[in-house]
Amino acid sequence: MCGATEGGLSLDGVNTKIEAVIQGQVTREGEPVPNAYVRLLDKSGEFTAEVPTSATGHFRFFAGDGEWTLRTLAPKAEPVDTRVTAAVGSVAEVAVAI
Amino acid sequence: MSRENSLVSAQWVEDNLDTAGIVLIEVDEDTTAYDKGHIRGAIKLDWTTDLQDQVRRDFVNKAQFEALLSERGVSNDDTVVLYGGNNNWFAAYAFWYFKLYGHGDVKLMDGGRKKWELDSRELTAELPTRAATTYVAQEQDHSIRAFRDETIAAIGVQNLVDVRSPDEFAGRLLAPAHLPQEQSQRAGHVPTSVNVPWSKNANDDGTFKSDEDLTKLYDEVGFDQDKDTIALCRIGERSSLTWFVLSELLGRKNVKNYDGSWTEYGSLVGVPIALGDEPGTVDA
Repeated sequence: MCGATEGGLSLDGVNTKIEAVIQGQVTREGEPVPNAYVRLLDKSGEFTAEVPTSATGHFRFFAGDGEWTLRTLAPKAEPVDTRVTAAVGSVAEVAVAI
Repeated sequence: MSRENSLVSAQWVEDNLDTAGIVLIEVDEDTTAYDKGHIRGAIKLDWTTDLQDQVRRDFVNKAQFEALLSERGVSNDDTVVLYGGNNNWFAAYAFWYFKLYGHGDVKLMDGGRKKWELDSRELTAELPTRAATTYVAQEQDHSIRAFRDETIAAIGVQNLVDVRSPDEFAGRLLAPAHLPQEQSQRAGHVPTSVNVPWSKNANDDGTFKSDEDLTKLYDEVGFDQDKDTIALCRIGERSSLTWFVLSELLGRKNVKNYDGSWTEYGSLVGVPIALGDEPGTVDA
């Protein structure tokens, strides 16, 4: 694969009207990172969920209305925290550079 | 039970990749993770197909479990070392499952797949071959498995620990946030249960916290060591990890995992449910 694919993960099959989607891609120097772990922390900092990134570095959560933090862990990288606001009926796209 | 008996480090696994009598098994929530790469020599168990009856909602029975392990080449005498993603979430479930059917020596790899990957240790796509065995399971050990009626009877009587995330406990979410939320049952929790999210048992890298920190975690929410304990979550997997911590790492007696968990309890007609962040009362 040459460089990160621009644009978000396909939302085919997801009912975005009833979900508060948070999704995005993890990259390192512009290249997708397929072996990262993205943790979703709630507004109090409590862990809510974790997913490994896909072959293209993508991840997705179904959250609720409000403020969330994404904590990204990857080999040979410091953890990166990214704040994001989610709302039912919308898709929050997040780009994480490690 | 103790940490020394039930837990091994990633380094120990790497040092023992070629040791006879040790079977590495990967069990992941994402059942395709193994296919992309796994620890050399590890076999895979798929929790959705291998470990669940495909018709009714229950585990595979004793004969099915025996057939599964025989076919995969696991012997009764083998040391089974389980690992998986998401802080060993489903590997801990498999650990509990092996204990349920009386396997002698079973261990978890601390930190699971994530720790292995974050350490940049080697993964391979090569599939191992293991000769078939004749595995003999024990009858299910119901001293570690709770059913719905016991859970209802435990309200206000036993330690009930709900290990879902705070938003699921309070009724604001119905499933973990990486899964679609549509469900038919009611939201909330079993009255008088305390919320200790399963993730609090682990560090960010997926390894378990120290015994001292874990003891403090359960003391802080008022766990009564003289009482029996039932752990539950949504489908009984995350609570397997809490069962592992309480029973295997901290050596607490009489801890059960309620595998029906919220998807069963929250669908029952007429049972009490508490909403919000507090445990709630017996009369809820």
